[in-house]
Amino acid sequence: MIGRVFHALGDPTRRAIVEHLTAGPQSVSALAAPLGITLTAVAQHLQVLADAGLVKTEKAGRVRTCRLIPAGLQALERWIWERRLDRLHDVLDGKPD
Amino acid sequence: MTSVSPETIHDTFTIERRFPQSPNTVFAAFSHPATKRRWFADGHSQIVDEYSLDFRVGGREVARYRMSDATPFPGLPLVSDGVTLDIVPGRRIISAATMTLGDRPISAALATFEFLPDGSGTKLLFTHQAAFFEGSDGPAMRKQGWTAILDQLAQAL
Repeated sequence: MIGRVFHALGDPTRRAIVEHLTAGPQSVSALAAPLGITLTAVAQHLQVLADAGLVKTEKAGRVRTCRLIPAGLQALERWIWERRLDRLHDVLDGKPD
Repeated sequence: MTSVSPETIHDTFTIERRFPQSPNTVFAAFSHPATKRRWFADGHSQIVDEYSLDFRVGGREVARYRMSDATPFPGLPLVSDGVTLDIVPGRRIISAATMTLGDRPISAALATFEFLPDGSGTKLLFTHQAAFFEGSDGPAMRKQGWTAILDQLAQAL
């Protein structure tokens, strides 16, 4: 999961999408215009961000909107704990830091 | 389309690890502040600014550090501020803590550590139950927090 988060945020266009969404929920077409990319391209990027638990898209009538969600943060916290327990193994095995 | 809906997500994850050492030895790595600091706060992925542990029920545990160059978020401050809720020597520790990343509070969590005998070693069962939040600090803070994360990430790539 943390790999998906890093992969999702590793692309400059997807980081631009996240930056736009920090201002609040937006329609897919409103996102596409300033980025100068097609609706299809935006939809593909949104799918990667959704798979990482960073955004959620919803359809209201004929308008598809998307917004940031905190699910990607879960992966970050788990990743922090996995690293901590790796170090616990090393400490108990008497390895130097 | 400018309305912001604060959202909270509840999540539970578990991590299970086996150690050749006895439950009392593994437990001691949680109860001795200097030992716990070495695995909880120290490490290649962060620079520790502060670590303190008052290991007793009601005692506080604070860790302030910055993510190192070995992470995707170099320089990003991380603060864990918690309190121990339950101690059964050699068997169980329960604590509650909030986590702040950058200027952004990201979670409030209940952490349960169970030290189970496993042959001559220990099976450690860690259960993390958390509320992850976004938006409770307002749009300006949220934008600031995300911008910090994205900037740090861009520098790391």
